[in-house]
Amino acid sequence: MYRYDEFDATFVAERVKQFRGQVTRRLAGELAEDEFRPLRLQNGVYLQLHAYMLRIAIPYGELSSKKLRKLAFIARRYDKGFGHFTTRQNIQFNWPELVDVPDILDHLAEVEMHAIQTSGNCIRNVTADHFAGAAADEVADPRPYAEILRQWSSVHPEFSFLPRKFKIAVTGAERDRAAIQTHDIGLHLKKNAAGELGFAVYVGGGQGRTPMVAKKIRDFLPEADLLSYCTAILRVYNLYGRRDNKYKARIKILVMELGEKRFREEVEAEFPRTVHPTAELDSKELERISAYFAPPSFETLPKISGVFEQAKLDNAAFAKWARVNLAPHRVDGYGIVNISLKPAGGIPGDATAEQMRVVADLARRYSFDEVRVSHHQNLVLPHVKRDDVFTIWKVLDANGLATANLGLAGDIIACPGLDYCTLATARSIPVAQAISRRFADLERQHEIGPLKINISGCINACGHHHVGHIGILGLDKKGEEFYQITLGGSSSESASIGTILGPGFAGHEVADAIDTIIKTYLGLRHDGETFLDAYRRLGPKPFKEALYAAPQR
Amino acid sequence: MTVQVVTANRLRDGVIVWLTPALSWSEDYADSKVLRDEAEANAALEAAGIDVKARLVVGPYLAEFKETPEGLQAASARERIRASRLPTITPDQGSWTGRIAG
Repeated sequence: MYRYDEFDATFVAERVKQFRGQVTRRLAGELAEDEFRPLRLQNGVYLQLHAYMLRIAIPYGELSSKKLRKLAFIARRYDKGFGHFTTRQNIQFNWPELVDVPDILDHLAEVEMHAIQTSGNCIRNVTADHFAGAAADEVADPRPYAEILRQWSSVHPEFSFLPRKFKIAVTGAERDRAAIQTHDIGLHLKKNAAGELGFAVYVGGGQGRTPMVAKKIRDFLPEADLLSYCTAILRVYNLYGRRDNKYKARIKILVMELGEKRFREEVEAEFPRTVHPTAELDSKELERISAYFAPPSFETLPKISGVFEQAKLDNAAFAKWARVNLAPHRVDGYGIVNISLKPAGGIPGDATAEQMRVVADLARRYSFDEVRVSHHQNLVLPHVKRDDVFTIWKVLDANGLATANLGLAGDIIACPGLDYCTLATARSIPVAQAISRRFADLERQHEIGPLKINISGCINACGHHHVGHIGILGLDKKGEEFYQITLGGSSSESASIGTILGPGFAGHEVADAIDTIIKTYLGLRHDGETFLDAYRRLGPKPFKEALYAAPQR
Repeated sequence: MTVQVVTANRLRDGVIVWLTPALSWSEDYADSKVLRDEAEANAALEAAGIDVKARLVVGPYLAEFKETPEGLQAASARERIRASRLPTITPDQGSWTGRIAG
């Protein structure tokens, strides 16, 4: 894991000190709200529907037990005893008082965390595959590159006032778990025929009111050119991106308006001009950063764990959980434990302070002190001995953290929605709860198979509804909430935007509608065919008919 | 009948507050000064503006409510949730367990 050097530590400490001064001056009347608002947003402090909200960056979703324990402490001391993990691998606290925020930031700085660039028209928290460094199918670890991008983009003077916010995601595996094609820049780390590392570069993906799958503008960018090429992309965007209309200001609109070919030409023309000593990624610096992400000292273990296999035979609930929540590790005898933050009827992404402590302790004892946050709003213990998995499961189970639904119907992504968010047009969480309760029967979830249900409470799409296999979008009709359903979205390597099925539903009708869609799928699926594959084969017609034509509606 | 009230957030802690007939701020929407026409609304917003300058509140705005025999009722889902001062999340599971009655 990356450790702050003296420069990082001083920089973060100074920012906290500055913000403390700004809060003091705001309360003393020396700063008006108009002057203070951009300053608080630059430090992750939003004013939401009920209260202030603090969004804390978790670079590429990586936490140590110390960091997670600190988040638990903040939840208990300054909030209502819980935090909300977001779809950008961050955490949000929903109830801090403004006067406490400088103290919270001081606490965060102690554990090398901050809330800088979690708002505003800058390069936001860089996200990555939550299985980085652990996945069996990984070509190379994306974290050193994500960290280099983080350092490069932190208060970058040229890119601090972009036309709009800018999101970068990196994956190091063919199977895309980081949703790179829905980011402003998506980087797919891979090897060429000569065995050299480089990136496929995707640009212009995004969700919101104009959802787009990113365009691949380079099939193989040598790793040394990473920062120069990103600089070229950002420069083209900074120059031509629209500043006249907030809704047309993201890079996806520029890519669409210029066209893929012209955009690529502009970047390629800019690229040679950006070569600069600070922009080239020299191998020494890459080596220095990569050393922070050196693999932990894995033991040499047999591939099969007798303890693990026996526990599965003895305990059906454990076997069921292990089938979906345990992912293959690149080292024999190890596994990746996925901790679902989606209990039946629960609030997607919420964890109590106590749960955070429990996970922190498990990470320290069993996972080389590492925890990851996934953009699916779950937690991950990336390096666990298969021999220990049953012991870990028992602890998780005792703390409401062992729901066996990873990647299934209950593993719903949901934004905070109108229950918290001032931008929202409808609630997301109660809809997620209703669906989660409807599919509470794990037997049924396992029978249905892989399914991503994503819910957003407004068109900004923080709940990634456009790329849900089933997407739900909450809208406002004359002051009342209603919900549009889309089918066929995906954020994987075969990314697609969902299609709106038809007229919307009232909140209390949504769970029934989802049930109808799933029953239709079960009736029509071929052997072993997932929901998404079945939809791609069948199209919307049978689902439309079931929902709108049949008398069961 | 649809009326308006002035609501804002307290600067120090962000808590939602409502402008009262005494031109002070209450945490309960039921205490709100009821505004029946544009002139009343403008005057109330102006009064709220003074408290913005005095660093008591931020972001005051007019919210639509309905006057009913049972008292004031928010006219939209958004204002209903805001007036309740809590998310509407059902308390049976997860992080809100035991935090919201019924």
